[in-house]
Amino acid sequence: MAYVAVKGGEKAIDAAHAWLAETRRGDTAVPELSVAQIAEQMARAVDRVMAEGSLYDRELAALAIKQAQGDLVEAAFLLRAYRTTLPRFAHAEPVRTEEMAIRRRISATYKDLPGGQVLGPTTDYTHRLLDFSLLADGARPEAPVAAEGVAAMGHMHRVLRHEGIIEDDAPQAVHETEGAPGDLTRAPLAFPAGRDVRLQALARGDEGFVLAMGYSTQRGWGGSHPFAGEIRMGEVSVEITPPELGFTIDIGDITLTECQMVNQFKGSKTEPPQFTRGYGLVFGHAERKAMGMALVDRAMRTEELGGEATAPAQNIEFVLYHCDNVEGTGFTEHLKLPHYVDFQSELENVRRLRATALKEAAE
Amino acid sequence: MSGGYNFAYLDEQTKRMIRRAILKAVAIPGHQVPFGSREMPLPYGWGTGGIQVTASIIGPDDTLKVIDQGADDTTNAVSIRRFFARTAGVAGTTRTEAASIIQTRHRIPETALREGQIIVYQVPQPEPLSRLEPSRVETRRMHALADYGLMHVRLYEDVARLGQVAISYDYPVMVNNRYLMAPTPIPSFDNPKMDMMPALQLFGAGREKRIYAVPPYTSVKSLDFEDHPFRPLRAAHECGLCGAADSYLDEVVTDDRGGRLFVCSDTDYCERRRADGHVGRDGMAEAAQ
Repeated sequence: MAYVAVKGGEKAIDAAHAWLAETRRGDTAVPELSVAQIAEQMARAVDRVMAEGSLYDRELAALAIKQAQGDLVEAAFLLRAYRTTLPRFAHAEPVRTEEMAIRRRISATYKDLPGGQVLGPTTDYTHRLLDFSLLADGARPEAPVAAEGVAAMGHMHRVLRHEGIIEDDAPQAVHETEGAPGDLTRAPLAFPAGRDVRLQALARGDEGFVLAMGYSTQRGWGGSHPFAGEIRMGEVSVEITPPELGFTIDIGDITLTECQMVNQFKGSKTEPPQFTRGYGLVFGHAERKAMGMALVDRAMRTEELGGEATAPAQNIEFVLYHCDNVEGTGFTEHLKLPHYVDFQSELENVRRLRATALKEAAE
Repeated sequence: MSGGYNFAYLDEQTKRMIRRAILKAVAIPGHQVPFGSREMPLPYGWGTGGIQVTASIIGPDDTLKVIDQGADDTTNAVSIRRFFARTAGVAGTTRTEAASIIQTRHRIPETALREGQIIVYQVPQPEPLSRLEPSRVETRRMHALADYGLMHVRLYEDVARLGQVAISYDYPVMVNNRYLMAPTPIPSFDNPKMDMMPALQLFGAGREKRIYAVPPYTSVKSLDFEDHPFRPLRAAHECGLCGAADSYLDEVVTDDRGGRLFVCSDTDYCERRRADGHVGRDGMAEAAQ
């Protein structure tokens, strides 16, 4: 008989892991990539992994990228599996993005506004031509430094707030989960999902998914007439108030990208016509994600603002259950696991159905 | 045991949270209890729910059996058994009756389980209505009202169109005459084993963040009609190695000319029958080689 019961799964797994490790290192004639190099020179990848891994740690994110051979979804998974084991010793105070140390701040709704437009280190106006000089070891170009530093600047929507023509922050608090902000990593998703939980899910969500959902609203699947009211990127302080101290202390800075979308709103029975807002906030320098997030956030508020949720991006349950790439990749890829018992039952099933159908056809 | 991590990986607070969910699940047989599923160091879809349930109930004196597709030596079963050997240092076994906890994917062992044992199912999709109604807001409402007409209609449509119910695995069951439950993707052949089982049955769905349970000696009925009774499916053969005519069989392709060998999917059951001297048609040939 040709059949030999498959033994040695254990040996096969060990060998596969060894091969993976060897492949990861690649050609040993090429110098090994250091974690510090990844952290410094692949910073956008590190930002993405920190955001989707829900852990702000550049070194560990860079390590995860190295370990995952640059597979960023796998790297986010590695970071999450580590994060879940960490003790929580404090909750941060809300970060004050209006006090952000600005590296970049633009508004598409005003030609100029208090604080001005600050382009920062953007690719927006680069011509996407491959820079072959990077094939050689490039020296670090020196960027010119402005004579005057950039002061903290208030949010663009404050300009409109004076007129009362844009919604305030306050009404949204009503839609938060009762008590402290919800935490999807501790409690399962429940519906109706508060905006706090929705924003958390989007902030951790897959950049590609969030982008595509946001994009779909622009193409008519739940349009919300967005303007990029403001996008800012820079450093904010993280502060905690330990109960044993009773006062607030600064534990460090993190880089954030924040996006405030401004959307037209025709008003409802209780609210006069005004502008509404969609909000995006992401770890690191991640404008694509922050903007997509702001579009989807606003789309998911459709019913709350008296509209009818018809498009995919407006369907809160659909978006929240499918934006997580660690869940998505796990379940999609689990189809690789053996399913031969079920397939066998399907074989018998189809054989039986065919026999019935063929018998009936013959009669 | 692996340094730096708690016994069985999860911290004690998390285990307590999961045990509370399990207790609630046992108290309401077949009801899906949401729980704060953790991100595990294994991917979603690889048994993270089952692993969390096992990690929450296992103690140093337990003996663990892990099977996937009925076999102890499939790669994922090996991987999960190793995970617990590494993080909990518990003894493993392949013998069904020697295990105090059996974690499984897609099968129930052929050897009848007894009182005191716990079988932990890995659950990819806890919602039996998911293929008929994708919204969990809606399906939760249906469960609350015991409104299962949608599923009965689906079965009826099979009967009307095909003359029989055409579900061969993950065949929906009614638990304790109240909750419709997904038995997980076990072949419908295994469904009758769930009914009045002396062992405790626990179900963990990590990605979907649900736990449910069937307490010992609880009624579990596969949905059917009076004139179309439930018929479990099984290949009409005997095991080629041990000759068993009552076990669930895998169909192994032996050549490209239609050659097939049918063997027990439950490797422990098959090995023990052969050790007891049972020989199938192809077992002779194998022994002679």
